[in-house]
Amino acid sequence: MKNTFKAVPVTEDVWWVGAIDWNIRDFHGYQTRRGSTYNAYLIVADKITLIDTVKAPFREEMMARIASVIDPGKIDYIVSNHSEMDHSGALPEVIAALNPKKVFASAVGAKTLKELFLIDREITAVKDGETLSLGNRTLTFMETRMLHWPDSMFSYLNDEELLFSQDAFGMHYASVERFADECDPAVLTYEAATYYANILLPYSPLVLKLIEKVTAAGLSFRIIAPDHGPIWRKETGGIIGSYAKWAAQKPEAKAVVVYATMWRSTEKMARAISEGLAAGGLHAKLMEMGAAHRSDVAYELLGAGLLAVGSPTLNNHLLPNIADVLTYLKGLKPKNLIGAAFGSYGWSGEAVKEIEEVLVEMKVEKAGEVIRVKNVPNAETLSRCYELGKTMAEKVHCRL
Amino acid sequence: MGKYVCSICGYVYDPEAGDPDAGVAAGVPFEKLPEDWVCPICGAAKDEFAPE
Repeated sequence: MKNTFKAVPVTEDVWWVGAIDWNIRDFHGYQTRRGSTYNAYLIVADKITLIDTVKAPFREEMMARIASVIDPGKIDYIVSNHSEMDHSGALPEVIAALNPKKVFASAVGAKTLKELFLIDREITAVKDGETLSLGNRTLTFMETRMLHWPDSMFSYLNDEELLFSQDAFGMHYASVERFADECDPAVLTYEAATYYANILLPYSPLVLKLIEKVTAAGLSFRIIAPDHGPIWRKETGGIIGSYAKWAAQKPEAKAVVVYATMWRSTEKMARAISEGLAAGGLHAKLMEMGAAHRSDVAYELLGAGLLAVGSPTLNNHLLPNIADVLTYLKGLKPKNLIGAAFGSYGWSGEAVKEIEEVLVEMKVEKAGEVIRVKNVPNAETLSRCYELGKTMAEKVHCRL
Repeated sequence: MGKYVCSICGYVYDPEAGDPDAGVAAGVPFEKLPEDWVCPICGAAKDEFAPE
Protein backbone atom coordinates (compact mmCIF):
# COMPACT_ATOMS: atom_id res chain seq x y z
CA MET A 1 0.00 0.00 0.00
CA LYS A 2 2.96 2.33 0.54
CA ASN A 3 3.17 2.61 -3.25
CA THR A 4 -0.34 4.06 -3.23
CA PHE A 5 -0.65 6.15 -0.09
CA LYS A 6 2.24 8.57 0.39
CA ALA A 7 3.17 10.88 3.22
CA VAL A 8 3.12 14.61 2.49
CA PRO A 9 6.00 16.77 3.79
CA VAL A 10 4.93 19.63 6.06
CA THR A 11 8.49 20.70 6.94
CA GLU A 12 11.81 18.96 6.41
CA ASP A 13 11.22 16.67 9.41
CA VAL A 14 7.45 16.61 9.75
CA TRP A 15 5.13 14.58 7.53
CA TRP A 16 1.38 14.36 7.21
CA VAL A 17 0.48 10.67 7.47
CA GLY A 18 -3.29 10.88 7.95
CA ALA A 19 -6.27 9.60 6.01
CA ILE A 20 -8.92 11.13 3.77
CA ASP A 21 -12.55 10.18 4.48
CA TRP A 22 -14.37 11.37 1.38
CA ASN A 23 -17.70 9.83 2.34
CA ILE A 24 -18.45 10.66 5.96
CA ARG A 25 -21.60 12.76 6.20
CA ASP A 26 -22.55 12.58 9.86
CA PHE A 27 -20.43 13.44 12.91
CA HIS A 28 -22.71 12.77 15.89
CA GLY A 29 -25.43 14.94 14.40
CA TYR A 30 -23.23 17.45 12.56
CA GLN A 31 -23.67 17.04 8.81
CA THR A 32 -20.29 16.95 7.06
CA ARG A 33 -21.18 17.48 3.41
CA ARG A 34 -17.57 17.77 2.31
CA GLY A 35 -16.30 14.67 4.16
CA SER A 36 -13.26 15.00 6.41
CA THR A 37 -9.66 14.05 7.00
CA TYR A 38 -8.10 12.47 10.07
CA ASN A 39 -4.67 14.02 10.31
CA ALA A 40 -1.77 12.21 11.92
CA TYR A 41 1.76 13.58 11.81
CA LEU A 42 5.17 11.95 11.84
CA ILE A 43 8.14 13.82 13.30
CA VAL A 44 11.32 12.28 11.95
CA ALA A 45 13.61 13.48 14.75
CA ASP A 46 16.22 11.47 16.68
CA LYS A 47 13.24 10.03 18.53
CA ILE A 48 10.71 9.32 15.79
CA THR A 49 7.33 10.47 17.00
CA LEU A 50 3.79 9.97 15.76
CA ILE A 51 1.27 12.67 16.70
CA ASP A 52 -2.23 11.22 16.93
CA THR A 53 -3.58 8.42 14.75
CA VAL A 54 -6.73 8.01 12.66
CA LYS A 55 -10.19 6.51 12.86
CA ALA A 56 -9.92 2.71 13.11
CA PRO A 57 -11.01 1.77 9.53
CA PHE A 58 -8.27 4.05 8.13
CA ARG A 59 -5.36 2.46 10.01
CA GLU A 60 -3.86 0.78 6.93
CA GLU A 61 -3.92 4.05 4.98
CA MET A 62 -2.02 5.77 7.80
CA MET A 63 0.46 2.91 8.17
CA ALA A 64 1.12 2.97 4.41
CA ARG A 65 1.82 6.69 4.47
CA ILE A 66 4.20 6.21 7.41
CA ALA A 67 5.92 3.35 5.58
CA SER A 68 6.50 5.63 2.58
CA VAL A 69 8.89 7.63 4.80
CA ILE A 70 10.34 5.25 7.41
CA ASP A 71 10.03 1.72 8.70
CA PRO A 72 7.04 2.10 11.09
CA GLY A 73 8.80 -0.22 13.55
CA LYS A 74 11.25 2.62 14.19
CA ILE A 75 8.62 4.84 15.81
CA ASP A 76 9.84 5.61 19.35
CA TYR A 77 6.99 7.71 20.72
CA ILE A 78 3.29 8.23 20.09
CA VAL A 79 1.57 11.37 21.38
CA SER A 80 -2.22 11.38 21.71
CA ASN A 81 -3.41 14.98 21.75
CA HIS A 82 -7.07 13.99 21.75
CA SER A 83 -8.55 10.63 22.71
CA GLU A 84 -11.76 10.85 20.66
CA MET A 85 -12.02 7.79 18.41
CA ASP A 86 -11.56 9.60 15.10
CA HIS A 87 -7.98 10.23 16.27
CA SER A 88 -7.36 7.28 18.55
CA GLY A 89 -9.39 4.46 16.97
CA ALA A 90 -6.28 3.04 15.32
CA LEU A 91 -4.13 3.56 18.43
CA PRO A 92 -4.57 0.19 20.20
CA GLU A 93 -3.61 -1.78 17.09
CA VAL A 94 -0.76 0.59 16.26
CA ILE A 95 0.61 0.20 19.80
CA ALA A 96 0.28 -3.58 19.57
CA ALA A 97 1.97 -3.73 16.15
CA LEU A 98 4.79 -1.25 16.74
CA ASN A 99 5.39 -1.44 20.48
CA PRO A 100 6.69 2.13 20.77
CA LYS A 101 8.94 2.99 23.70
CA LYS A 102 6.41 5.40 25.14
CA VAL A 103 2.89 6.69 24.57
CA PHE A 104 2.09 10.19 25.86
CA ALA A 105 -1.21 11.91 26.62
CA SER A 106 -2.54 14.49 29.07
CA ALA A 107 -3.41 13.15 32.54
CA VAL A 108 -7.09 12.97 31.59
CA GLY A 109 -6.16 11.60 28.15
CA ALA A 110 -4.12 8.75 29.66
CA LYS A 111 -7.11 7.77 31.79
CA THR A 112 -9.63 8.19 28.96
CA LEU A 113 -7.61 6.10 26.48
CA LYS A 114 -7.44 3.27 28.99
CA GLU A 115 -11.18 3.50 29.60
CA LEU A 116 -12.00 3.63 25.89
CA PHE A 117 -9.73 0.86 24.65
CA LEU A 118 -8.72 -1.10 27.76
CA ILE A 119 -5.11 -0.58 26.66
CA ASP A 120 -2.95 -2.80 28.82
CA ARG A 121 0.21 -0.74 28.93
CA GLU A 122 1.44 2.42 30.56
CA ILE A 123 0.44 5.71 29.00
CA THR A 124 2.69 8.48 30.25
CA ALA A 125 0.72 11.47 31.48
CA VAL A 126 2.24 14.85 30.65
CA LYS A 127 1.52 18.16 32.34
CA ASP A 128 0.73 21.59 30.94
CA GLY A 129 4.03 23.21 29.90
CA GLU A 130 6.04 19.98 30.14
CA THR A 131 8.63 19.38 27.44
CA LEU A 132 9.73 16.17 25.76
CA SER A 133 13.13 15.88 24.14
CA LEU A 134 13.15 14.12 20.79
CA GLY A 135 16.95 14.43 20.69
CA ASN A 136 17.46 17.11 18.05
CA ARG A 137 13.93 18.48 18.54
CA THR A 138 11.76 19.45 21.51
CA LEU A 139 8.01 19.12 21.95
CA THR A 140 6.12 21.25 24.48
CA PHE A 141 2.70 20.14 25.70
CA MET A 142 -0.09 22.58 26.43
CA GLU A 143 -3.30 21.50 28.15
CA THR A 144 -6.42 22.70 26.33
CA ARG A 145 -8.98 21.05 28.56
CA MET A 146 -12.50 20.96 27.19
CA LEU A 147 -11.41 22.16 23.77
CA HIS A 148 -13.33 20.16 23.12
CA TRP A 149 -12.92 17.16 25.45
CA PRO A 150 -11.46 17.15 28.97
CA ASP A 151 -8.36 15.31 27.69
CA SER A 152 -7.53 17.71 24.84
CA MET A 153 -4.02 19.12 24.57
CA PHE A 154 -1.77 20.82 22.04
CA SER A 155 1.79 19.78 21.20
CA TYR A 156 4.20 22.44 20.01
CA LEU A 157 7.37 21.70 18.09
CA ASN A 158 9.56 24.49 19.40
CA ASP A 159 12.23 24.78 16.71
CA GLU A 160 9.75 24.72 13.86
CA GLU A 161 7.15 26.89 15.68
CA LEU A 162 4.68 24.24 14.60
CA LEU A 163 1.50 23.72 16.61
CA PHE A 164 -0.25 20.37 16.52
CA SER A 165 -3.63 21.72 17.55
CA GLN A 166 -5.80 18.56 17.45
CA ASP A 167 -9.42 19.58 16.69
CA ALA A 168 -8.90 23.33 17.17
CA PHE A 169 -8.44 25.35 13.97
CA GLY A 170 -9.62 22.34 11.96
CA MET A 171 -12.56 21.65 9.70
CA HIS A 172 -14.38 18.76 8.08
CA TYR A 173 -13.14 19.04 4.54
CA ALA A 174 -11.88 16.11 2.46
CA SER A 175 -9.50 17.23 -0.26
CA VAL A 176 -6.32 16.13 -1.99
CA GLU A 177 -4.82 19.50 -1.07
CA ARG A 178 -3.09 19.32 2.31
CA PHE A 179 -2.49 23.03 2.84
CA ALA A 180 -4.96 25.84 3.35
CA ASP A 181 -3.17 28.07 0.85
CA GLU A 182 -3.99 25.52 -1.87
CA CYS A 183 -7.75 25.57 -1.13
CA ASP A 184 -10.62 27.87 -2.07
CA PRO A 185 -10.64 30.53 0.71
CA ALA A 186 -14.46 30.77 0.65
CA VAL A 187 -14.75 27.05 1.37
CA LEU A 188 -12.20 27.33 4.20
CA THR A 189 -14.04 30.23 5.82
CA TYR A 190 -17.37 28.43 5.61
CA GLU A 191 -16.12 25.04 6.82
CA ALA A 192 -13.95 26.48 9.62
CA ALA A 193 -16.90 28.54 10.88
CA THR A 194 -19.26 25.56 10.60
CA TYR A 195 -16.78 23.47 12.58
CA TYR A 196 -16.45 26.13 15.27
CA ALA A 197 -20.22 26.57 15.52
CA ASN A 198 -20.91 22.84 15.80
CA ILE A 199 -17.97 21.68 17.93
CA LEU A 200 -16.31 24.49 19.86
CA LEU A 201 -19.00 27.11 20.45
CA PRO A 202 -20.00 25.85 23.94
CA TYR A 203 -16.41 26.26 25.09
CA SER A 204 -15.97 29.79 23.79
CA PRO A 205 -14.99 31.22 27.22
CA LEU A 206 -12.09 28.74 27.28
CA VAL A 207 -11.11 29.64 23.71
CA LEU A 208 -10.82 33.30 24.73
CA LYS A 209 -8.72 32.39 27.77
CA LEU A 210 -6.45 30.18 25.70
CA ILE A 211 -5.85 32.90 23.10
CA GLU A 212 -5.05 35.29 25.97
CA LYS A 213 -2.66 32.76 27.49
CA VAL A 214 -0.68 32.05 24.30
CA THR A 215 -0.55 35.76 23.45
CA ALA A 216 0.82 36.55 26.91
CA ALA A 217 3.37 33.74 26.56
CA GLY A 218 4.51 35.33 23.27
CA LEU A 219 4.25 32.04 21.40
CA SER A 220 4.34 32.31 17.66
CA PHE A 221 2.85 29.78 15.31
CA ARG A 222 4.50 29.51 11.93
CA ILE A 223 2.45 26.44 11.10
CA ILE A 224 -0.78 25.15 12.61
CA ALA A 225 -1.44 21.48 11.94
CA PRO A 226 -4.93 20.48 13.08
CA ASP A 227 -6.43 16.98 13.23
CA HIS A 228 -9.05 17.67 10.53
CA GLY A 229 -8.82 19.48 7.22
CA PRO A 230 -5.97 21.50 5.71
CA ILE A 231 -2.78 22.68 7.43
CA TRP A 232 -2.21 26.42 7.92
CA ARG A 233 1.38 27.16 6.84
CA LYS A 234 1.39 30.55 5.06
CA GLU A 235 -0.57 32.64 7.49
CA THR A 236 -1.84 31.52 10.89
CA GLY A 237 -3.09 34.85 12.27
CA GLY A 238 -6.27 34.73 10.19
CA ILE A 239 -7.72 31.56 11.68
CA ILE A 240 -6.67 32.57 15.22
CA GLY A 241 -8.36 35.95 14.67
CA SER A 242 -11.51 34.22 13.44
CA TYR A 243 -11.54 32.06 16.60
CA ALA A 244 -11.23 35.17 18.77
CA LYS A 245 -14.17 36.74 16.90
CA TRP A 246 -16.40 33.66 17.00
CA ALA A 247 -15.62 33.05 20.68
CA ALA A 248 -16.50 36.65 21.61
CA GLN A 249 -20.02 36.08 20.15
CA LYS A 250 -20.60 39.77 19.65
CA PRO A 251 -24.01 40.07 18.00
CA GLU A 252 -24.23 41.33 14.43
CA ALA A 253 -27.17 42.65 12.41
CA LYS A 254 -28.24 39.13 11.62
CA ALA A 255 -31.30 37.07 12.58
CA VAL A 256 -32.20 33.41 12.27
CA VAL A 257 -35.83 32.31 12.03
CA VAL A 258 -36.17 28.57 12.58
CA TYR A 259 -39.51 26.87 12.12
CA ALA A 260 -41.40 23.74 11.20
CA THR A 261 -44.81 23.64 9.63
CA MET A 262 -47.71 21.21 9.09
CA TRP A 263 -50.19 23.03 6.85
CA ARG A 264 -48.20 26.23 6.18
CA SER A 265 -49.76 28.40 8.91
CA THR A 266 -46.58 28.62 11.03
CA GLU A 267 -44.67 29.12 7.78
CA LYS A 268 -46.78 32.17 6.90
CA MET A 269 -45.99 33.60 10.33
CA ALA A 270 -42.27 32.85 9.92
CA ARG A 271 -42.18 34.58 6.56
CA ALA A 272 -43.99 37.64 7.88
CA ILE A 273 -41.58 37.86 10.85
CA SER A 274 -38.54 37.57 8.59
CA GLU A 275 -39.93 40.27 6.26
CA GLY A 276 -40.25 42.53 9.32
CA LEU A 277 -36.71 41.67 10.46
CA ALA A 278 -35.36 42.52 7.01
CA ALA A 279 -37.36 45.76 6.91
CA GLY A 280 -35.74 46.55 10.26
CA GLY A 281 -32.32 46.26 8.66
CA LEU A 282 -31.30 42.75 9.67
CA HIS A 283 -29.90 40.05 7.46
CA ALA A 284 -32.63 37.49 8.15
CA LYS A 285 -32.21 33.80 7.43
CA LEU A 286 -35.37 31.71 7.24
CA MET A 287 -34.81 28.02 7.96
CA GLU A 288 -37.55 25.38 7.72
CA MET A 289 -36.39 22.26 9.53
CA GLY A 290 -37.62 19.94 6.80
CA ALA A 291 -35.18 21.66 4.44
CA ALA A 292 -32.35 22.87 6.69
CA HIS A 293 -30.05 20.69 8.78
CA ARG A 294 -29.48 21.41 12.47
CA SER A 295 -25.78 21.99 11.82
CA ASP A 296 -26.66 24.64 9.21
CA VAL A 297 -28.72 26.41 11.87
CA ALA A 298 -25.70 26.31 14.22
CA TYR A 299 -23.58 27.86 11.45
CA GLU A 300 -26.10 30.63 10.75
CA LEU A 301 -26.44 31.41 14.44
CA LEU A 302 -22.73 32.23 14.70
CA GLY A 303 -22.68 36.01 14.99
CA ALA A 304 -26.48 36.33 14.94
CA GLY A 305 -28.22 38.69 17.33
CA LEU A 306 -31.63 37.11 17.22
CA LEU A 307 -33.24 33.67 17.18
CA ALA A 308 -36.96 33.29 16.49
CA VAL A 309 -38.42 29.80 16.73
CA GLY A 310 -41.83 28.66 15.48
CA SER A 311 -43.73 25.41 15.62
CA PRO A 312 -47.29 24.23 15.25
CA THR A 313 -48.63 21.90 17.93
CA LEU A 314 -48.77 18.18 17.18
CA ASN A 315 -50.45 15.96 19.77
CA ASN A 316 -49.97 18.63 22.46
CA HIS A 317 -46.26 19.13 21.74
CA LEU A 318 -43.93 20.88 19.35
CA LEU A 319 -42.97 19.18 16.08
CA PRO A 320 -40.17 16.61 16.45
CA ASN A 321 -37.70 18.40 14.18
CA ILE A 322 -38.05 21.59 16.25
CA ALA A 323 -37.41 19.58 19.43
CA ASP A 324 -34.35 18.19 17.63
CA VAL A 325 -32.83 21.53 16.66
CA LEU A 326 -33.63 23.12 20.03
CA THR A 327 -31.94 20.26 21.91
CA TYR A 328 -28.92 20.62 19.65
CA LEU A 329 -28.72 24.42 19.98
CA LYS A 330 -29.20 24.30 23.75
CA GLY A 331 -26.07 22.14 24.01
CA LEU A 332 -24.08 24.60 21.90
CA LYS A 333 -24.81 27.38 24.42
CA PRO A 334 -24.95 30.35 22.05
CA LYS A 335 -24.68 33.67 23.88
CA ASN A 336 -25.96 37.23 23.53
CA LEU A 337 -29.16 36.31 21.71
CA ILE A 338 -32.59 37.85 21.95
CA GLY A 339 -35.57 36.04 20.52
CA ALA A 340 -39.19 35.01 20.38
CA ALA A 341 -41.44 31.99 20.02
CA PHE A 342 -44.41 31.72 17.69
CA GLY A 343 -46.69 29.12 16.14
CA SER A 344 -50.09 28.02 14.97
CA TYR A 345 -52.32 25.33 16.43
CA GLY A 346 -55.59 23.52 15.87
CA TRP A 347 -57.05 23.16 19.37
CA SER A 348 -54.57 23.18 22.27
CA GLY A 349 -51.36 24.97 21.22
CA GLU A 350 -48.72 23.89 23.76
CA ALA A 351 -45.79 24.08 21.32
CA VAL A 352 -45.13 27.80 21.71
CA LYS A 353 -44.90 27.48 25.49
CA GLU A 354 -42.48 24.57 25.10
CA ILE A 355 -40.30 26.66 22.79
CA GLU A 356 -40.39 29.56 25.24
CA GLU A 357 -39.23 27.29 28.05
CA VAL A 358 -36.22 26.17 26.03
CA LEU A 359 -35.39 29.75 25.06
CA VAL A 360 -35.43 30.72 28.74
CA GLU A 361 -33.16 27.78 29.52
CA MET A 362 -30.84 28.95 26.72
CA LYS A 363 -30.83 32.45 28.27
CA VAL A 364 -32.25 33.93 25.07
CA GLU A 365 -33.69 37.27 26.17
CA LYS A 366 -37.34 37.75 25.23
CA ALA A 367 -37.50 40.34 22.44
CA GLY A 368 -41.21 40.74 21.83
CA GLU A 369 -44.72 39.40 22.15
CA VAL A 370 -45.41 35.71 21.78
CA ILE A 371 -47.73 35.14 18.84
CA ARG A 372 -49.96 32.06 18.81
CA VAL A 373 -52.67 31.67 16.25
CA LYS A 374 -55.51 29.19 15.97
CA ASN A 375 -55.69 27.40 12.61
CA VAL A 376 -54.68 30.01 10.03
CA PRO A 377 -53.16 33.48 10.49
CA ASN A 378 -55.34 36.22 9.02
CA ALA A 379 -54.06 39.49 7.57
CA GLU A 380 -54.14 41.18 10.98
CA THR A 381 -52.08 38.40 12.61
CA LEU A 382 -49.55 38.46 9.79
CA SER A 383 -49.27 42.19 10.18
CA ARG A 384 -48.55 41.64 13.90
CA CYS A 385 -45.87 39.12 12.93
CA TYR A 386 -44.31 41.66 10.55
CA GLU A 387 -44.37 44.35 13.26
CA LEU A 388 -42.84 41.88 15.73
CA GLY A 389 -40.00 41.38 13.27
CA LYS A 390 -39.48 45.12 12.94
CA THR A 391 -39.56 45.71 16.71
CA MET A 392 -37.11 42.89 17.36
CA ALA A 393 -34.78 44.23 14.65
CA GLU A 394 -34.69 47.58 16.45
CA LYS A 395 -33.77 45.80 19.67
CA VAL A 396 -30.92 43.96 17.94
CA HIS A 397 -29.61 47.25 16.56
CA CYS A 398 -29.56 48.68 20.10
CA ARG A 399 -27.28 45.83 21.18
CA LEU A 400 -24.71 46.12 18.38
CA MET B 1 -24.22 24.21 51.71
CA GLY B 2 -25.30 24.34 48.07
CA LYS B 3 -24.02 22.53 45.02
CA TYR B 4 -22.47 24.53 42.18
CA VAL B 5 -22.49 23.56 38.53
CA CYS B 6 -19.79 24.29 35.95
CA SER B 7 -21.27 26.26 33.06
CA ILE B 8 -18.66 24.87 30.68
CA CYS B 9 -18.81 21.10 31.15
CA GLY B 10 -21.67 20.43 33.57
CA TYR B 11 -19.57 19.09 36.50
CA VAL B 12 -21.31 19.59 39.84
CA TYR B 13 -19.28 20.58 42.89
CA ASP B 14 -20.86 18.87 45.88
CA PRO B 15 -19.50 20.30 49.15
CA GLU B 16 -20.40 17.07 50.91
CA ALA B 17 -17.93 15.24 48.67
CA GLY B 18 -15.32 17.99 48.25
CA ASP B 19 -12.64 17.50 45.60
CA PRO B 20 -10.16 15.07 47.16
CA ASP B 21 -7.95 14.89 44.03
CA ALA B 22 -7.30 18.62 44.42
CA GLY B 23 -6.81 18.34 48.18
CA VAL B 24 -10.23 19.75 49.05
CA ALA B 25 -11.72 17.84 51.96
CA ALA B 26 -15.38 16.91 52.23
CA GLY B 27 -17.43 19.64 53.87
CA VAL B 28 -15.81 22.67 52.18
CA PRO B 29 -18.51 24.99 50.82
CA PHE B 30 -18.03 26.31 47.27
CA GLU B 31 -17.48 29.85 48.56
CA LYS B 32 -14.54 28.65 50.67
CA LEU B 33 -12.71 26.94 47.79
CA PRO B 34 -9.35 28.56 47.05
CA GLU B 35 -9.57 31.24 44.35
CA ASP B 36 -7.21 29.24 42.11
CA TRP B 37 -9.33 26.09 42.36
CA VAL B 38 -10.48 24.92 38.94
CA CYS B 39 -13.10 22.51 37.67
CA PRO B 40 -11.63 18.99 37.96
CA ILE B 41 -13.16 17.98 34.62
CA CYS B 42 -12.54 20.92 32.32
CA GLY B 43 -10.24 23.30 34.17
CA ALA B 44 -12.73 26.19 34.24
CA ALA B 45 -12.19 28.86 36.89
CA LYS B 46 -14.54 29.39 39.85
CA ASP B 47 -16.29 32.29 38.13
CA GLU B 48 -17.66 29.88 35.52
CA PHE B 49 -19.75 28.17 38.23
CA ALA B 50 -23.32 28.94 39.21
CA PRO B 51 -25.55 27.59 42.00
CA GLU B 52 -27.28 24.40 40.88
